[in-house]
Amino acid sequence: MSWLEVIRPGPLSLLQDGGRPGLAGIGVTRSGAADRGAYLAGAALVGNDPAGGDAAIEIVLGGLAFRVLEGPVRIAVTGAPCPLRLGEVTLPYGRVVELGTGDVVSLGMAPVGLRCYLSVAGGITAAPDFGSRSRDTLAGIGPQPLRPGSRLPVGPPVARSPGSPVSPLPAAGWGRVLSVQEGPRKDWILHPAALGRAWEVSASSDRVGVRLIGEPLAWAPSRIGRELPPEPVVRGAVQVPPSGLPVVFGPDHPTTGGYPVLGVLTGAASDQLAQVRPGDVVTLAWQR
Amino acid sequence: MQVRLLPCGETATLIEVADGSAVSAVVAALVGRGDAATPAAGIVEVVPAARTVLVRYAQAATMAAQRAALEALLAQADPTPPPALGERTVRVPVSYDGPDLDVVAELTGLTVADVVSAHTGLPWRVAFGGFAPGFAYLTDGDPRLRVPRRAEPRPAVPAGAVGLADEYSGIYPRATPGGWQLLGRTGVPVWDSHRHPPALLRPGWWVQFEVAR
Repeated sequence: MSWLEVIRPGPLSLLQDGGRPGLAGIGVTRSGAADRGAYLAGAALVGNDPAGGDAAIEIVLGGLAFRVLEGPVRIAVTGAPCPLRLGEVTLPYGRVVELGTGDVVSLGMAPVGLRCYLSVAGGITAAPDFGSRSRDTLAGIGPQPLRPGSRLPVGPPVARSPGSPVSPLPAAGWGRVLSVQEGPRKDWILHPAALGRAWEVSASSDRVGVRLIGEPLAWAPSRIGRELPPEPVVRGAVQVPPSGLPVVFGPDHPTTGGYPVLGVLTGAASDQLAQVRPGDVVTLAWQR
Repeated sequence: MQVRLLPCGETATLIEVADGSAVSAVVAALVGRGDAATPAAGIVEVVPAARTVLVRYAQAATMAAQRAALEALLAQADPTPPPALGERTVRVPVSYDGPDLDVVAELTGLTVADVVSAHTGLPWRVAFGGFAPGFAYLTDGDPRLRVPRRAEPRPAVPAGAVGLADEYSGIYPRATPGGWQLLGRTGVPVWDSHRHPPALLRPGWWVQFEVAR
């Protein structure tokens, strides 16, 4: 079996896979990679499970460094384009790299984007919790955040035809126009169209939710002071509390919410939002 | 059975019904009845709540396609809710020293002592689980305790906090953000991932709060 050892984890590095769907009835949310597209692209590159069964490392901004305790291992980096170095050698983004025992790899800070995925052929095989190795930051379920000295077992690679290389992102960064579809409680908001404009991403945003700053949305006068019975919510749901400032739920969202959901981001838009940094401006666009 | 289908993005529909027993009947129509319950084809998740049921699909689909599939399934639904899986009463001792006791007293027009007697006077029924692992929405308690959520949720509510919101009472399984009015704290572990099942409270069971000695 191969092993990696974390030298430094950077600001926040978590194990993530396709998550644990199907347990919302006992309050356990799906969790899983915040940018599913980037995570699955990495899984495809190294020949891992295309259904999201193999865990990768989700790295916020960069800064992770690790040593290969026992190799060889094959890795690939997708998502935010963190510069990748093996000693003095720069390694390519979005391509498979083979590492040997003793190699030390470090990730610099990503110039654009927020979350980088380090996929390892065979997946990181830390002990799963409820069928998944995703760290659910709201519930505290799944493997602990990586720390200096964390030892990560790597599973046996499965022979699959490798995926095509992933193109690096355009220098201008991600598209910042996010498609949103009608949600279940549009009629609780006075002017739903007003969601469709530019919003600043608040610093108090995380895997549970992204808070948006801008001109507050008003509730419909007939709803003010009323309580909505708690109802199930989904990733990408745009919830509008009485303050009028929307919260967009991320992968670790609570399974139910008590504030009206005005819209729901498309899956692709939720992936885009996972790459937006606090202080960035995004434009929500109603999809017809 | 009267149902309203509400859009909930590319992969989900929210089904709104009149009450909790209609929720149970809709869940039975979507996943079947008894031990062999499994969701109908293409459905990955059926999540019941107070007056809604979320249906999540494996694949993205238009609202029209989701609507057609659900209408076909619900047309044959048996409107009688399935029988409860057995009842049990869980006693939960609470230290009534929460930060919102005075606010709840003011909102309800009761004294603090009356709030505590009302909360411990009637048993609460476990309606459904949700929010966070182990959290259960408890209902059918004393109707005088119906209070709104706080206007601004707290960023951190301590584990074991016992709160009120609207018609519900609940116990926070671990420190999380939360907007409920807090009456006190309990040491009863409502979630233990090494226990089977990990959630202490199950729909249909009862919770009897009592003053901790």
